[in-house]
Amino acid sequence: MAAAFRRDAPPQPDFSLLKRLARDQLIFLLEQLPGKKDLFIDADLMSPLDRIANVSTLKQHEVDKLYKVEHKAVVSSADQLCFLIRPRIQTVKWICDLVKSDKAVGRVRRYKIIFTPQKFFACEAILEEHGAFGDVSCDQWDFHLLPVDDDIISLELPEFFTDTFLAGDQRWVRTVGSALHLLHSLFGPFSKVYGIGRIAKMVYESFRIQLQTEETRTRGDAQIGNVFIIDRDVDLVTPLCSQVVYEGLVDDIFRIKCGCVEFSPDVTSSEKSVKVMLNSQDKVFNEIRNEHFSNVFGFLSQKARTLQTAYDRRRGMDIKQMKTFVSEELKGLKQEHRLLSLHIGASEAMMKRKTKQDFQEMLRTEHSLLEGFEIRECINFIEEHINRQVSVLESLRLLCLLSLTENGLLPKDLRSLKAQYLQSYGFEHLLTFSSLRTLGLIQEQQTTETLSAVETRVRLTAGRLTEAFSSLAKKSNFRALSRRLNLVPKSEDYDLRVPKDMSYVFSGAYVPLSCRLIEQVLDREGWSGLEEVTRLLNRHEFSVTGSTSGSEGSSGLTSGAGSGLGSTSSPGFGPDSQRRVLVLFLGGCTFSEIAALRFLARERGYRITTVTTAITNSSRLLESLVQNKV
Amino acid sequence: MHRSKGEEEDYWNSSQFKAFTFDDDEDDFTKLRESRLAVNSIKLTDDDEDDVEKVNWSGEPVGSISWLVGETSALSNQKTDFPKVSSESSLNKSGSGLSLSALFRGKSSRGSYPNFSDSVSEPSSRLFAPELRRPRADYKDFVGDLSPEEMVQRLQQGKSVGMERFRSLQDKMLLLDFAVNGNDGNAITAVLIFLKRTLSKEVLFRELESRQTALRHFIHFLTETHEQRLLLDLLRALGRVEDAALLQYKEHLAISDENKKRDFLKSCISLPFSLEDAALVQDHFTLLERQIIIEAADSQAEKSGKVEVFQNFPRKASILNMPMITTLYYCVYYHYCEPEGTYSSPSNLRQTFKISDKQFFVTCLSALSKLRSWTDVDSLFQSRSWLGFSRKKSPLSFSRVVDVLHKNSAPTHVLAQYVALVEDSELRLSLAQKHKCHDIVINTFRDLKDRQMLVQYQTKVDPGSNEDCKIKDLLNNSIRWKN
Repeated sequence: MAAAFRRDAPPQPDFSLLKRLARDQLIFLLEQLPGKKDLFIDADLMSPLDRIANVSTLKQHEVDKLYKVEHKAVVSSADQLCFLIRPRIQTVKWICDLVKSDKAVGRVRRYKIIFTPQKFFACEAILEEHGAFGDVSCDQWDFHLLPVDDDIISLELPEFFTDTFLAGDQRWVRTVGSALHLLHSLFGPFSKVYGIGRIAKMVYESFRIQLQTEETRTRGDAQIGNVFIIDRDVDLVTPLCSQVVYEGLVDDIFRIKCGCVEFSPDVTSSEKSVKVMLNSQDKVFNEIRNEHFSNVFGFLSQKARTLQTAYDRRRGMDIKQMKTFVSEELKGLKQEHRLLSLHIGASEAMMKRKTKQDFQEMLRTEHSLLEGFEIRECINFIEEHINRQVSVLESLRLLCLLSLTENGLLPKDLRSLKAQYLQSYGFEHLLTFSSLRTLGLIQEQQTTETLSAVETRVRLTAGRLTEAFSSLAKKSNFRALSRRLNLVPKSEDYDLRVPKDMSYVFSGAYVPLSCRLIEQVLDREGWSGLEEVTRLLNRHEFSVTGSTSGSEGSSGLTSGAGSGLGSTSSPGFGPDSQRRVLVLFLGGCTFSEIAALRFLARERGYRITTVTTAITNSSRLLESLVQNKV
Repeated sequence: MHRSKGEEEDYWNSSQFKAFTFDDDEDDFTKLRESRLAVNSIKLTDDDEDDVEKVNWSGEPVGSISWLVGETSALSNQKTDFPKVSSESSLNKSGSGLSLSALFRGKSSRGSYPNFSDSVSEPSSRLFAPELRRPRADYKDFVGDLSPEEMVQRLQQGKSVGMERFRSLQDKMLLLDFAVNGNDGNAITAVLIFLKRTLSKEVLFRELESRQTALRHFIHFLTETHEQRLLLDLLRALGRVEDAALLQYKEHLAISDENKKRDFLKSCISLPFSLEDAALVQDHFTLLERQIIIEAADSQAEKSGKVEVFQNFPRKASILNMPMITTLYYCVYYHYCEPEGTYSSPSNLRQTFKISDKQFFVTCLSALSKLRSWTDVDSLFQSRSWLGFSRKKSPLSFSRVVDVLHKNSAPTHVLAQYVALVEDSELRLSLAQKHKCHDIVINTFRDLKDRQMLVQYQTKVDPGSNEDCKIKDLLNNSIRWKN
């Protein structure tokens, strides 16, 4: 089938340009504050900053000491303080306090805040209110996009999810619109933009208006032709599933931060933990990252044998051969050896941890939920989980999956599970449940009876929009979507070594909804034929074609692609740009989804770049909603 | 969407790319009026539900020559334009009659404003690095006579503007509606901060009630700035009493002194929670009240050195602020045999907090096995049928029971008792092998008449041990083995 037409995907555009631009602008901004200065950096900006600049870059621009923003009193004796922060009110308040306390002791300093990726009016309003406006100068560092790997670009904005979907604050719409605009001018022009979701539409609009109002020049030879924008709340099921591809599993267990992971002593089998960059540069990792975990052991032992043979060749070498071996091969072998033992250690540690937690049983429950099979048993399993006070987040994750896949819980089940959850993990999780309800992660099944009850209640409150309508939550309609899009493949023996569709990322049990939508829309070049699906997803889909103006002759750079192909326009046959696709996740995406998209790209000859507001997984997603913080 | 309607038309009319049109190019204002009527009559339009227009973008047929030329013509000065996608608009559901007329006013007066973006559009000298351009408030002189629309545009570009000129309520709301329509949260919040400063809260709350998007931004802003009082007033004014109650309840997290926290929780009980949540808040209070009493008594008892259990198993942490189940576990651990009347008796807790049988059972099981009081564990399973003989019963599957016991490092003879009760023979066998319950394994193989497996198993037991002898006896026995 598709394999017959498979073409080699075009090479990935070079995104390192983004890093250079960000670094140049940072240097420009630091030069705006000449002289020696101490730099305070928001904790969550440290890793992204590390990826584009290093300490000596900062030192070259007269940064004296570096501090982490810790919301505590400051010990710096510098005359100039510079703050590199996310635009958060809490942090700005802390800076205001600092300015106040300096004033109180008659100390004169210059202060500068560099907000990234954007300066918010609310932050400036806080400065004004606290009388620090003017004392503190503000700037903006448009550091939107951090390439964390060849095919992953992250905005490193985990709060996008809660700000947007929980609080309903659209503060990041413009930011993402600008990011898209930047990508358009560097790697575009885009010719087609598809999308689904409320925010996706807004982001597209923001992008379009920036395109209109700002003089935009593109390089002409489009590198990326197609864009797909998707809201995270279109598919909340996928990020809540246990990840079983290697990279996803590593993220679930050790947490990959900005492309880097810290392996604990049980992995390194030494005293201390080790920080490792995980990307395509790591040759061993690059080969196993997308593999189902069950294949990884076999692969690693195979690799170990090959390595052994390579080492063994030393025997029987004469001096000269040995010399060449040492100078040419040994270093590479040693490097590979180091990586290999690291990933073997990681695999073992993950196996151990997972077997301890009845992982197999957990997966079985998840698969039953996705399939809609033996729901009573699933509920019992979840209940036992709660009763035994197994991890706070795992229980919550299963509850959310249950509610999402079943389109809500029966009122009596919800009442009982919630009460038991609160008894096991603390009554303050009352607040967590309220957030989960707002987001639609845990809901009551709307029987006709309860529906009419809500209606009467609304009528009673006469014109008042009660909280029932203040929620952005939507019905998930998962079961119907699953049927329409064939998300749960017919269960038969699935050979995970030879994946035949994207469902391999969940052991052949489930094709990620998000990725299936992307696949379908790219295949159909639009939403036609998917009307029922978009209805179930509460609409907000779009598909637009850009028009290119200003053509005064053709450079013929890519003309070869156009000729001879006549009227075919299927992405597999168009110019390279048409086969380069940018997928933008608003609210985070998981490594499992990225693996599925890589699979899709391989199958269809696409080159897919994932742009996401942050890399997420079930723990990160739920942690951001657990409301036991003040 | 109304904002750029005029521009949009101008553009398309003059554009050579006229072929691109929306199929459903309906009049926005007709739609506005209709949805307004709808909102006024029922007042329950969900914020997003109405957004059903589908973008049917029909252009030149994709794949045609001109399309391909457009695609492949690579010119450094080419400019790509995209059609508009309608996103949700708060304009078409503004609740007060006021802003509709204001809207029209805004529309008609549009022509009198200089087109800001034209007059000051920055010349771009850079080829492809728009983000290096720093947002600057260089054009403040122009700000004086900006239309609301242009004002919002500037806000979206991050340029600071003085909004003081907007003094009438109409103007203010027009500004807000334009900001909301522009989708940029930063601009929306900027306008809200201005409104908060220049409107009384009664007026502001009233106007926000019909503007859900703006309202959400305002709530988020107040949450982030910790303006608790104002936020509570707002929620109450909107009739969102449950949200207000939860918000107040949330304050308990910031109280560290347990007595103050208890008193605060007590005051929360009377807040207008939903029926279900009210009971849970009540439980929260009762629990903390109990914990304070138990903690005081137990730390006293521990210090006195007279109570054996505290000597043998010193307490590791205080029970204060622990979850209900942890408290129950604690009470089973230290106060198992207490009469029902005391605060710390497990059965008293069970009744007070309506703990389910299964939950109670699980907690007792793990606490008692931690204590290694196997007789107490055993008695958990006692039930007497009317015939008088007792049979072990468990609300938890026996394999799970074994699991719990194993995690608390129960000895093999105890484990064996419960492994034997697992009904499924395969599961029983694997559990027995895992936990080295030789008798069970041997008996199972005997029942299965599986000589081979028995011979194999012989290698796993110590030579000369009881098990070894038993296997030998069986093998010498004249059983009709199946193999």
